[in-house]
Amino acid sequence: MKKILAIPALLGATSLDIVKNVGQWGVFSLTAVLGMIHMRRLLPKILHDIYFIGFKSLNIIILVAFFTGMVLGLQGYYTLIKFSAEGMLGVAVALSLVRELGPVLTAIMLIGRAGSSISAEIGIMRISEQIDALSTMDVDPVRYLVTPKIIASLICFPLLTAIFDCVGILGGYFSSVLLSSRSGIFFSKIQSSLLLSDVTGGFVKSFVFAFIVITISCYCGYYTHQNQSSAGAEGVSNSTTSAVVQSCVYVLVSDYVITSFLM
Amino acid sequence: MSSTTPLIQLRNISKAFGGREILRGATLDIQRNEITAIIGKSGGGKSVLVKHIIGLITADSGEIIFDGIPYSNMKRKDFSAIKNRCSYMFQNNALFDSMTVFENIALPLREKFKLGKKDLEDKVRARIEQLELTEVAQMYPKQISGGMQKRVALARALVTEPEIIFFDEPTTGLDPIRKKTVFSMIHRYHEKLNFTAVIITHDIPDIFYIAHTVNILDEGRIIFSGSPVALEQSSDPGLYTYTHGHEMLIDELTGLHNRLSLMRKIEAFGAEVQGSEQLVLATVRLLGMRTMMDYKGDLLAHAFIRNLAKFVNSFLPEGACAGMFSKEILVIAAKTKDESTLELFLSQLEAFFTNLTIETYCQKHRLQVEIGGALVTPGLSAYSAIQEALATSKKYV
Repeated sequence: MKKILAIPALLGATSLDIVKNVGQWGVFSLTAVLGMIHMRRLLPKILHDIYFIGFKSLNIIILVAFFTGMVLGLQGYYTLIKFSAEGMLGVAVALSLVRELGPVLTAIMLIGRAGSSISAEIGIMRISEQIDALSTMDVDPVRYLVTPKIIASLICFPLLTAIFDCVGILGGYFSSVLLSSRSGIFFSKIQSSLLLSDVTGGFVKSFVFAFIVITISCYCGYYTHQNQSSAGAEGVSNSTTSAVVQSCVYVLVSDYVITSFLM
Repeated sequence: MSSTTPLIQLRNISKAFGGREILRGATLDIQRNEITAIIGKSGGGKSVLVKHIIGLITADSGEIIFDGIPYSNMKRKDFSAIKNRCSYMFQNNALFDSMTVFENIALPLREKFKLGKKDLEDKVRARIEQLELTEVAQMYPKQISGGMQKRVALARALVTEPEIIFFDEPTTGLDPIRKKTVFSMIHRYHEKLNFTAVIITHDIPDIFYIAHTVNILDEGRIIFSGSPVALEQSSDPGLYTYTHGHEMLIDELTGLHNRLSLMRKIEAFGAEVQGSEQLVLATVRLLGMRTMMDYKGDLLAHAFIRNLAKFVNSFLPEGACAGMFSKEILVIAAKTKDESTLELFLSQLEAFFTNLTIETYCQKHRLQVEIGGALVTPGLSAYSAIQEALATSKKYV
């Protein structure tokens, strides 16, 4: 009997845990957003976070974007040539990047580079009582630590997405130049087929991804101490892993939801 | 609010973590402008108790009253105002490792006050100089020693000149010289700024010299609250561990009873004496022992006491005990029917001091030995019984 009851008990406990976490994340995110009211005092921290999230991610974004574009060009060329439609390669590459791959891959790269690091940083601050120290100084830790990161990511994610799109298209162009001499048609087709709504759709996604990635990363680090199964360094490690996994999952889920609204 | 009303009152605070009870109805008063010490065993919940006051932990049950207003009736804004009046120095320092020492100390000033750049820098520099941190001001916490980190945390707690400061083990990890410096600095600042200080510490007896009130937290409850003098004079054996904890190793090594347990033992013997039984007390007064300790150190004296204790323990019959107090008086007590017991004690003690090595030692270190002993009237207090035996003392060496 006990074993039979254990299953609904486990389901109940898991559900409660999920509801608690979602609620806690909601309150946490709202507190961070409300912290934007006094943004001026946070300016130095925002600039620091823009440097960390944006500028320091530039190299990796450019590198990944270029090769993504090249692969798209390569795959697209050999697919389109079967239908004698290789002239549409530019459109295929540009639309794939601007609508989907640009925002999604930028977000995933930033999860790996900035999200994990932010989660670990805040987690360490939590276990070494630095967050408690802020609290005793009557400094709201969420406003002090999370709000600047949200603002910085809302600035950096779209900018990096734009850079990803441009570099990716250049990568695709480079592929097409290597494979075909009809490279001029690449940009002319992009110009005639790419709409402003495609670009704005991509940016809408990048704004949403920015919010999701940063709030989840900060949230996981901030509540490291609530991790019942592990504490200390292991707790921080688990929080970081959890931040990366959850951010990736929610980015892909929200990508589907946004795309279905935009289509 | 009347000045006699405690500034902070903690009433029946209980807190459990994951089913483990840390606090079990702890009640504590913190008087304004006083230094209040909280002592207790490691992991006993001292920090947890104090963190309730600053709002880092919420109690499972109980009430905290600040300046007459219970926290439960307090608005968020009012609680924020309380936090602005407080400073907290964490046990593990809680320094921001991405900031330099200077920035760490400046942070509370930057966040709490709208100071000009120059004023802010002046205030921070003053604290840095006072705590001898000038050389490391531009370093990061990880680049400096643990002791220095402690001083940085102390500087950060003091920089805003708060009304109430919570010191969570401010001297842990410091060398004895710096420990004394920290306590004397807290005392000096208290004299100057008259703030309310709450100090969690294990530094006994040092803390007794600066604290106005000492609270002992044991098993989740405050088992003593009073002045250091009252604590020291307390005859409660449960408190002895806290007041004389630093001497307990010596007691254990010598195998002699301490003052309190010796007194209790003598009184118990006195009460148990029946029929033909007698209470026998033999005493050895080691005059000059304290002077020797002052001039030549505790270790030399301790080695001598250890030898004496070893000898005494070797001839003690069953139903007898030996103890030492004031570092100068050794007492052997026994409840016996054998009339020759006292003579046995005296002859054994004389034999010990007749030993040439011991005699030379005593002469070299100017120790005078007086040996005495008496059959004590049963029912007397232990103190009077010892006095009665000491009155018979004769100079031996």
